[in-house]
Amino acid sequence: MAGVSQPELRHVGLNLTDEPREVREQVESDVFGFWVFLMSDAVMFACLFAVYATVRHATAGGPTAAQEFKFHSAFWETALLLTSSFAYGMVSISMKHTRGRLWIAVFMVLTFCLGAGFLKMETHDFITMFHDGATPERSGFFSCVFVLVGMHGFHVFSGMMWMIVMGLQLAIYGPDQRTKINLIRLGLFWHFLDVIWVVIFTVVYLQGLIR
Amino acid sequence: MTFWHILLGRLTWTSIAFVRTWRDPTISGIIGGGAAAVAVGGAVVVLALLTYLRAWRYLWTEWMTSLDHKKIGIMYMVVAGVMLTRALIEAVVMRTQQAIAINNQGIVAPAHFAELFTTHGTIMIFFVGMPLLIGLMNYVMPLQIGARDVAFPYMNSISLWLTIGGGIMLMASLVIGKFSTGGWSGYPPYTELAFNGGVGPDYWIWSVSLSSLGALMTGINFAVTVYKLRAPGMTWMRLPLFTWTTLCTSILMIFAVPPLTIATLLLAADRYLGMHFFTNDLGGNMMNFVNLFWLFGHPEVYILILPPFGVYSEVVSAYSSKELYGYTSLVIATMAIAILSFTVWLHHFFTMGQSAPINAFFGIATMLIGIPTGVKIYDWIWTMFWGEVRLNTAMLFSIGFMVTFVIGGMSGIILATPPVDYMVHNTLFLIAHFHNMLIPGMLFGVIAGYYYWFPKAFGFRLSETWGRRAFYCWFFGFYLAFMPLYVMGLGGVARRSQELFDPALRPWTLIAEFGALLLLTGLACIFIQLYVSIRERHSTRVPVGDPWDARGLEWSMSAPPPEYNFATIPQVSRRDAFYWRKKYDGAYQPADHYRDIELPKNSMCGILVGMGLTACFFGFVWHIWWLAFLGFAIALGTAITRSFMRDVKRIIPAEEVAAHDRRWLDRAAAARPISRHLELTPENEGLAKWQG
Repeated sequence: MAGVSQPELRHVGLNLTDEPREVREQVESDVFGFWVFLMSDAVMFACLFAVYATVRHATAGGPTAAQEFKFHSAFWETALLLTSSFAYGMVSISMKHTRGRLWIAVFMVLTFCLGAGFLKMETHDFITMFHDGATPERSGFFSCVFVLVGMHGFHVFSGMMWMIVMGLQLAIYGPDQRTKINLIRLGLFWHFLDVIWVVIFTVVYLQGLIR
Repeated sequence: MTFWHILLGRLTWTSIAFVRTWRDPTISGIIGGGAAAVAVGGAVVVLALLTYLRAWRYLWTEWMTSLDHKKIGIMYMVVAGVMLTRALIEAVVMRTQQAIAINNQGIVAPAHFAELFTTHGTIMIFFVGMPLLIGLMNYVMPLQIGARDVAFPYMNSISLWLTIGGGIMLMASLVIGKFSTGGWSGYPPYTELAFNGGVGPDYWIWSVSLSSLGALMTGINFAVTVYKLRAPGMTWMRLPLFTWTTLCTSILMIFAVPPLTIATLLLAADRYLGMHFFTNDLGGNMMNFVNLFWLFGHPEVYILILPPFGVYSEVVSAYSSKELYGYTSLVIATMAIAILSFTVWLHHFFTMGQSAPINAFFGIATMLIGIPTGVKIYDWIWTMFWGEVRLNTAMLFSIGFMVTFVIGGMSGIILATPPVDYMVHNTLFLIAHFHNMLIPGMLFGVIAGYYYWFPKAFGFRLSETWGRRAFYCWFFGFYLAFMPLYVMGLGGVARRSQELFDPALRPWTLIAEFGALLLLTGLACIFIQLYVSIRERHSTRVPVGDPWDARGLEWSMSAPPPEYNFATIPQVSRRDAFYWRKKYDGAYQPADHYRDIELPKNSMCGILVGMGLTACFFGFVWHIWWLAFLGFAIALGTAITRSFMRDVKRIIPAEEVAAHDRRWLDRAAAARPISRHLELTPENEGLAKWQG
């Protein structure tokens, strides 16, 4: 992949080719720092997954995974979240081709709505589980389900709040350098949540639904 | 839900230490009340003094809101010094208790004793060890790699204030409420609601959380700085060893701190939301906590030990006037230790039910760490060999470390053997072992580094006389305090015992008590050294900036350095860049042309975020929900507002940089170069004579 190191392909969306060296280096460390943060966040999720693996059968005589998880809602949640990631990809592309703030805004609103849809479905799942008596206080297993999936949900929520902040900054400053850097970081964050969700879908939902 | 309950949560009249002492005036109660009085009195005296000296504005504009890595580093060390004083006094109280309480109750009650060993451990690890090293790394690492600051100066300030917030919580626990009695590792189920309904474990959870958030951000910050902000030509194998260890420590922080965050978070979920992660019933499993905690805890040991290894590498090389022996092997050994540190966490609980093969695997992995560590010791010894060794304070501490640390390593190998561990597990033998690693390994290193870099930071040297006195106290104090613990541990005395029952132990506990007092005297010597050095500063000034004829880039500017560190970013062509510049007369030369320098403006956002989160967590401890909400809102609001600010940099014009540099060069030209054997005399102005 010789092409990746070519300057024009670095930090797609920031269009930095003509900037002075200092600016490019600054941007590089800004974005790299966020990658490092994501790595430590991934370690955090890894710990939660490890705990989940050990409490899979710790249902303490209460409801089990197979009784409580709904394949359909997990599937549609996945679809919503992955589509929202696609929408955010369009934000990055709009930024790269300098389509102006309108297109960035349109796709960001789309991302936001898809994320909100995901959260709505997830909340609905949680409420149903509460009604069935599958609460976090019921067993070690459900404690972990709620914390692990809830932690991901909280990340999604934070990402959406961040989108509102970025929307305001776009409105005020337009796509200036700092806004663009933060849009790139937000994108990394949002795609990262997809990766985590794919693992949750596989490890928690699919594995849990095997009877 | 009365009004008072909403306003103050669980806080009641009897939560206050003085009221408790009033109602229960036993010796133990009076000691607790006295400690609270010292905490309150100390705070009042400091605040009054600052007001009297009208120092608030200066403190606010020059220090508290500063984003300069050098000032942040110094503030870290000051905070750590305060916490060290408290935790060392606690250690003396514990030793006194064990010396007295043989077949009697002694001076502190069991719960009070448990509080003492918990705060002692928590403070020493999170609020002494980490801040001391983060302070040193903050100050030195950017100077060593030719950078103007760390990658994220604003985040650096947040890390500092989170750490300070944790320290404030620990101090507050002296006065309001009680700290945990569950040890620094806070094992559930003992720390669960079922057995510990009070605020103690909550204090532990939230103060450790503040520290771990700060450490995580510091890790990210330093790693990115070393990866991205090195001066041109500063390739990996040209990095000074201290920078290498900083990088490894940062990587360890990035990977090892999240498990701790998860462990404390899940414990909080159990305690606040009634979940069952680590409870005894409904599917809880405390082994998950133990694994998560030590998944952090063991790398943490190397977070604390690697930077001092870097310090020793710098110090031994500089005061032996020799190139570091076996640079490559030291780098590889550092990396090997960093990686191995993730493969040994299970040796902290050999006795907790794993199968023998698993214990064997982790025992062998543990012993493997002895190999790279041994390589390092040999490298330092070979660095001294045939060098012009000057036995000053820093070298005494370094050599004292090498001798003592090897003994600790030996006892570590003993503990790494699972069958032997079954015998001495949870005894004073273990206590002796890890103090044997951490005091010479970590604290001696910090003192050596402090002595070595102090003239760079403040422009004058530290008193040698008091440094030596400190060394003798620390060195012999250590042996007297901890060798008896090995003996008692082998005899089967359990750790954390409030009362002992065998009169034959008396001589050992008395020797240990004397050692602990000697260690406290050692700390006093360090403070006296600072006082004496400030008083004598006129005869020890080293403005030119190279008092030790040293080799790294950090010595290539004035002492103290200008706020932008380097007038022009240096070009590095070899390892030990400054040494080669001195050799080929490239040092103390003006630059061809100076450019404008961009620096971050001061900002109060760091302190607002840090103190906001501290208020939030304090609210969590006492169930004062409005305070928790308010604190969180302040922290989050500040962070968001800051992201809207665009005018966050200021420019230092090229003329100002050039003028400053010229003044320094004139100073250097006027100074008399002195040879190494005169470096402790008033003749030393910080300009070294070339002696090869």
